[in-house]
Amino acid sequence: MFQQSSYTDQLTFFQKIRSFDYVLLICIILIGIISAFSMYSTDGGELLYHSKSHVIRLIVFFTMMIFLSFLNIKFWHATGYLFYVIILSLLIWASFYGITASGSQRWINLYFINLQPSELMKIAIIIFYAKFYHRMQAGNVNNFTNLLIPFAVLALPIVLVASQPDLGTAILIALSGLVVLWLAGLNIRYFIYSSLAFFVSMPFIISFLEPYQKLRVLTFFNPERDPLGAGYQIIQSKIGVGSGGLTGKGFLKGTQSYLEFLPEKHTDFIFTLFAEEHGFTGSVILLLIYAVMIFRIIRIGSIVRSFFAKLFCYSFASAIFIYITVNMSMVLGLLPIVGSPLPIMSYGGSSMLATMIGFSVVMSAKIYQRQLIS
Amino acid sequence: MFEGGDSTFRKLNTINRRMFIISAAKVVVFTGIVTRLFSLQINENKKYLTLSDKNRLREWRLPPVRGQFLDYFGNVIAGNLKVYQLHVVPEQVENFKYLMLRLKDILEIDDKQFSKIIKKKNSQKPWETLIISENLSWDQFSKINFYLHELVGAKPVLSVARSYPFKKNYTHVLGYVAQASENDLIKNETIKKNHVPGLRVGKIGLEKTFENDLLGTNGVQRYEVNAYGKRINQLDHKEGQKGKNIRLTLDTEVQKLSNELLAEKSGSISVMDIYTGEIIAMHSSPSFDPNLFLYGISTKDWKEIREDPLKPLINKTVSGLYSPGSTIKPLVALSALENDVISPNQKVHCNGKMEMYGHTYHCWKEKGHGTMNLRNAIKQSCDIYFYETARKLGVDRLNLTSFKFGLGNTVLNGVLANEKKGLVPSTEWKKNNLGVGWVLGETLITGIGQGYIQTTPLQLCLMTAQLANGGFKIYPRITVDKNQESLENIKYKMAQNAFKGKEKKYSSPIRKVEELLNIGSKKYLPLYRNPENVKFVLEAMFASTNEVMGTSYGSRIDDPKYRFAGKTGTAQVKKITEKARELDLHISQIPYEERDHALYIAYGPYQNPRYAVSIIVEHGGSGSKTAAPIAKKLFKLIIDRHELREKITNQNLINT
Repeated sequence: MFQQSSYTDQLTFFQKIRSFDYVLLICIILIGIISAFSMYSTDGGELLYHSKSHVIRLIVFFTMMIFLSFLNIKFWHATGYLFYVIILSLLIWASFYGITASGSQRWINLYFINLQPSELMKIAIIIFYAKFYHRMQAGNVNNFTNLLIPFAVLALPIVLVASQPDLGTAILIALSGLVVLWLAGLNIRYFIYSSLAFFVSMPFIISFLEPYQKLRVLTFFNPERDPLGAGYQIIQSKIGVGSGGLTGKGFLKGTQSYLEFLPEKHTDFIFTLFAEEHGFTGSVILLLIYAVMIFRIIRIGSIVRSFFAKLFCYSFASAIFIYITVNMSMVLGLLPIVGSPLPIMSYGGSSMLATMIGFSVVMSAKIYQRQLIS
Repeated sequence: MFEGGDSTFRKLNTINRRMFIISAAKVVVFTGIVTRLFSLQINENKKYLTLSDKNRLREWRLPPVRGQFLDYFGNVIAGNLKVYQLHVVPEQVENFKYLMLRLKDILEIDDKQFSKIIKKKNSQKPWETLIISENLSWDQFSKINFYLHELVGAKPVLSVARSYPFKKNYTHVLGYVAQASENDLIKNETIKKNHVPGLRVGKIGLEKTFENDLLGTNGVQRYEVNAYGKRINQLDHKEGQKGKNIRLTLDTEVQKLSNELLAEKSGSISVMDIYTGEIIAMHSSPSFDPNLFLYGISTKDWKEIREDPLKPLINKTVSGLYSPGSTIKPLVALSALENDVISPNQKVHCNGKMEMYGHTYHCWKEKGHGTMNLRNAIKQSCDIYFYETARKLGVDRLNLTSFKFGLGNTVLNGVLANEKKGLVPSTEWKKNNLGVGWVLGETLITGIGQGYIQTTPLQLCLMTAQLANGGFKIYPRITVDKNQESLENIKYKMAQNAFKGKEKKYSSPIRKVEELLNIGSKKYLPLYRNPENVKFVLEAMFASTNEVMGTSYGSRIDDPKYRFAGKTGTAQVKKITEKARELDLHISQIPYEERDHALYIAYGPYQNPRYAVSIIVEHGGSGSKTAAPIAKKLFKLIIDRHELREKITNQNLINT
């Protein structure tokens, strides 16, 4: 009875509150708390710059996420293309007037935050595709024009991001886009062909890579070939994780990070610190929380009525999964070092903003699960 | 319900199917990550834990504390002194340049030294300690402390360094330490193992010989360091093992007196226990202060020492080679008696010179001694008598006796690296080494201790000791041996061996049992054939010192407690020409380098001898005028110290 009357545009506030997905919410809060403590640990057990601003961001973006969740899913559908265009313009802006740090021009100064548009692009591309395929007939998906547009939409930001240069984010954007295309029903042939083409062109791509990127690829295959240079990060990260053991060295007792052997410990290598201090047990628990989170998003996707919401949820769940696995594989020495943050855990405003926007879309899909989009 | 009918259905079908595939893939990938985590954290945990410890733990080795040298009475003669040093850790200094300039000003560091320090600073890491000064004077130290508030980063530190409190007195015996060189590291494993920058090691003398015992082991401080090698906190501190202390047989008082007696002179004094072989004193003059070498000797001081014509760098006691002169005569007499070449009653007439093989051989006494028997010849040191005795004896038999009594070989068995063997000539030696046959005239001059024969002062001391103890072999030593046999034991063994020597041919069953049980000692064997011969020579030496006309009669001590017996020697450095002989110049009229060496060997107290002495004063003139008076003063002290020494010896026997 509740269902019949309530899933309209005119949901009451309490109904909205009640249809929040609390499992997902708890997962987000849990990871948020874990990340706050990890950040506190990277600051050497003091409330310093990184931990303070991370906690502030968590609170601000989490609150923002709650508020955005009340927006009707139709809003996201309506603004899908616009959102993409704005982020794309920001990317272009960044490539001209962006702030350069550690050899890469990827930030734009918005006074209250240094925004990294490439992170937001990870979400924007999913929303764009979800809208693009929402109304499309199954038979038209593999039409030539319907192939060309998504390709252009994906290729543009990738080229922009890769030229910043930020290979890691470019790859993640590409992967997010490809997941949506796959779910949207693009013919398997194209995936096979393009991956074949990718492998064939691999040597050429490598020849276009920056020297430091080439070095990273080489180092991945044999970290010991340059233990103090390019291989240093992988080796130190593996030492950190490995020395954690079953239960870890204890909170604030991770020597690898505390003694600064670990590079980029609050961003890409935050998981190393966590694994060192909390061991196998902690790592598996964290992974479980992530798994529950992903599962919940997929579950929401499976119950929503609109194709837009469904495609978004499925894609976002997969994208989050990709971010997590790429980051973890990297710190565990399974993939070459490419800059890729761990969602929520890693320090970084833009990444967190993008993730939180994603969550609010998912939450909105849950709240307005019976909403149809014309 | 859904808009769009079939197409929508197909779309949903696809997305759900494909989502299922992706989800399956996710499970696989997550499992993969967990597996990886498991392999890193559980399976290889030990490996990574070790690697992590290797990362964060760093050991700092501290210089070992060097063992001390003690004299027989337990006084420290080479110890570890507390010194004040000034350290600076450049990393902790805000304005290094300013600090250095201030320090330069306060400590009055000269430009050369200053640039050396700067150079050193540039060669090391910024968190490594830079030693500005290794040995601050008290003045400098208090000055630094006074200005400390404006010298942020400068650390006055208390450290240990070698010190030789008796300065000149033990230089040649102990040697000295200085900073370990590359060569030291290559040659000595123990040094290499315990080396830390700035480590001092023995360069010469006993400091070098006993390096491995003295060195000790490093203390270790274990620190946790960060990725940049900076120390974060100290985890543990392991004390190193202090080097062993080494007690010497030397007596500082006698050593000091020796130094005084030879002041301004070039020469050597050795004193030995005639039974235990313990060296009581061993001094070479002139000496120098070994403390100068600790922090690198100044060019000026070094030049002074190196260019001193009296050669302070040479340890004359073991490295100085001298013709023994007349001090060899007791041995020549003994050899002749042992070989039945002469009898004590053999008479030789001395009229100052003798002709033989176309040469004229002179006695030191121009007018001659008249008719001499052996006793008088030793007493008055008649050269003519010993020319004649040597001629009858022949150089080869003298050679054998000399070797037996310790000439021609090192005394301390390599304990002092620069000890020389000396030379006791024989016909075979000359043929092999000079390629020329022996000339009989050379036998004559060997008989009075001139010619090829060369001995070190310590050899002469050992020779005297082995005569004075009745003619038994002893084993000289400079370090105290815990297992040193007691005097009674040694004397008992000597008596046993003497008895056995008499009954050589007679082998009783008791003897055989003794041999089987190895009771009869192979040590302290008699060096004579007939003990009466040794007694005769010793008695003649007594006469030489204590009877009128004896060559050292002027230096005698009548008190039986101190009475000693000796033999003078005057070794020619240059062949005396006929012209010079006629001139008969006074010593002061002869250039220093051409003056005779003065020698004296002695043992005492006469009735119950215990100590042997040998004295050499280079270019000191005659033995009786220069060397013998030294013995007189020396014996007074040696005998006075005897009681105390015995007390210490007995204590040690009880203690060990």
